Amino acid sequence: MKTKSNLERVLESKIFAVTGELGPPQSADADVIRRKAKILKGHVDGCNVTDGQTAVVRMSSWAACLIAKEEGLDPIVQMTCRDRNRIALQMDVLGIAALGMNNVLCLTGDHQKFGNHPTAKGVYDLDSVQLVKMVKDMRDEKKFQCGEVMAVEPHLFIGAAENPFADPLEFRAVRLGKKATAGADFIQTQIVYNVDKFAEWMRMVRDKGLHEKVKILAGVAPIKSVGAARYMKTRVPGMDVPDGVVARLQGVPKEQVSKEGIKLCIDIINQVREIEGVAGIHLMAIEWEEAVPEMVEAAGLLPRPKFVT
Amino acid sequence: MLISEQKPLEEILAYADGDKNIFIIGCKGCAEGWGSGGEKQVAEMKSTLQEKGKVITGSVVIDMLCDAALTKLQLRSYKKEIAAADSILVLTDGAGVQTVAEVVNKVVHPGCNTLSSGGGHAEWKESERCLECGDCVLEFTGGLCPIARCSKHLLNGPCGGSQGGKCEVDPGIPCVWQQIVDHLAKLGRLDKLERLVGPKNWSVSLTSGPPVKRFSQT
Repeated sequence: MKTKSNLERVLESKIFAVTGELGPPQSADADVIRRKAKILKGHVDGCNVTDGQTAVVRMSSWAACLIAKEEGLDPIVQMTCRDRNRIALQMDVLGIAALGMNNVLCLTGDHQKFGNHPTAKGVYDLDSVQLVKMVKDMRDEKKFQCGEVMAVEPHLFIGAAENPFADPLEFRAVRLGKKATAGADFIQTQIVYNVDKFAEWMRMVRDKGLHEKVKILAGVAPIKSVGAARYMKTRVPGMDVPDGVVARLQGVPKEQVSKEGIKLCIDIINQVREIEGVAGIHLMAIEWEEAVPEMVEAAGLLPRPKFVT
Repeated sequence: MLISEQKPLEEILAYADGDKNIFIIGCKGCAEGWGSGGEKQVAEMKSTLQEKGKVITGSVVIDMLCDAALTKLQLRSYKKEIAAADSILVLTDGAGVQTVAEVVNKVVHPGCNTLSSGGGHAEWKESERCLECGDCVLEFTGGLCPIARCSKHLLNGPCGGSQGGKCEVDPGIPCVWQQIVDHLAKLGRLDKLERLVGPKNWSVSLTSGPPVKRFSQT
């Protein structure tokens, strides 16, 4: 084992993994984190805590992770290149490891244009591939990006993201390969609604043998309303929501749409589980954490394994 | 006016490693003015590369390399020499390198770093082509610049927001990484994108404040 990560133990044991997601509040309210963490505990093997997702100011990921950890989760600290240069990123890597965090997810970050401070200066000193490599060198070579050596290295299980639905399609598996080469231990994908396209991407991934180098968790998420489905289909960059998904939600009475959204997500979980090389799911029930326990149970993924960390 | 200086020879040789036959292009505009890629420097580079065992299939110094139409016209007389080359070394600022990448279907190597626009800007009115970052990366990106033309300056792109050839930030912005992939696919050189490009040296860029060392050689 490279780290004390619970997720690493689950994946190494070849158990189909479940990670969740927790969005910190747009305020200094710690109770929001505690409430969400209590719901997720026992239902996920690790839990992403977003880092200013959609470029909206929220409580910092590492701080919210510390609160979530106190509640018994094994948090995955998200870290984007949008707001911090290589100096700040490395300081945070040292800090989260010292606080007892076991996992980090390396992202480029949503562009500042989409958030509530669109006039901010984006940093992008590094990109996500370079961030993965930097954290890996800190952990395995005890080296800072500049080459200087440190005394105590950060033991972090390193994750990255990939979007099988973005263009150019033929390049997406190559890019995954770069992240694997850079040192990613696990990958969480963009939310899968188009299972056929995801399966096609996984075929390219297997052709390159990448599923043996890095653990791949398929992103899944329940949809609450027809409006939300339409919004994701047309307004969220990099999302692929087939017409059939919208039609399925439209086909049930209004008061049953959210239930149907959960059923649809469970169907997708069962489908991606059958695809060779998929090591788990990353379940993103943003601002709908209450749905997670019943979904994980209905998908037959309980109880979650317990490892002493 | 774009101010540039030649990259160290070792860097240029590393770029051209594996290429036996090379065609060299300079420019009589800014690059000649700054002594980075005029008649004299192109001739010097030719003999330097020959000493290093390279075959120079030909060379030309274009009047205004940032003008795509003019460049296309002037390069017509060198069709044979360019066809015989494995790659093209361009001794100008980033705008010139990108013109060559646009009008010639060959791998281009940037021979210079672009330091400053010197108060003006080169001939691409519809879009920014060169941010004068001082550490040219066009070698790794098929001769199209992600520093000037990708919203996140990605060196190992594209990000997850590239769809239908457009940038997620605005449907009016082409995704330069889609263009990079398309261009290298056309050349049969997608392998160039498999290498990890490391963190960039921003200390030589104007965005890091007054660049103390930038003009040491000019």
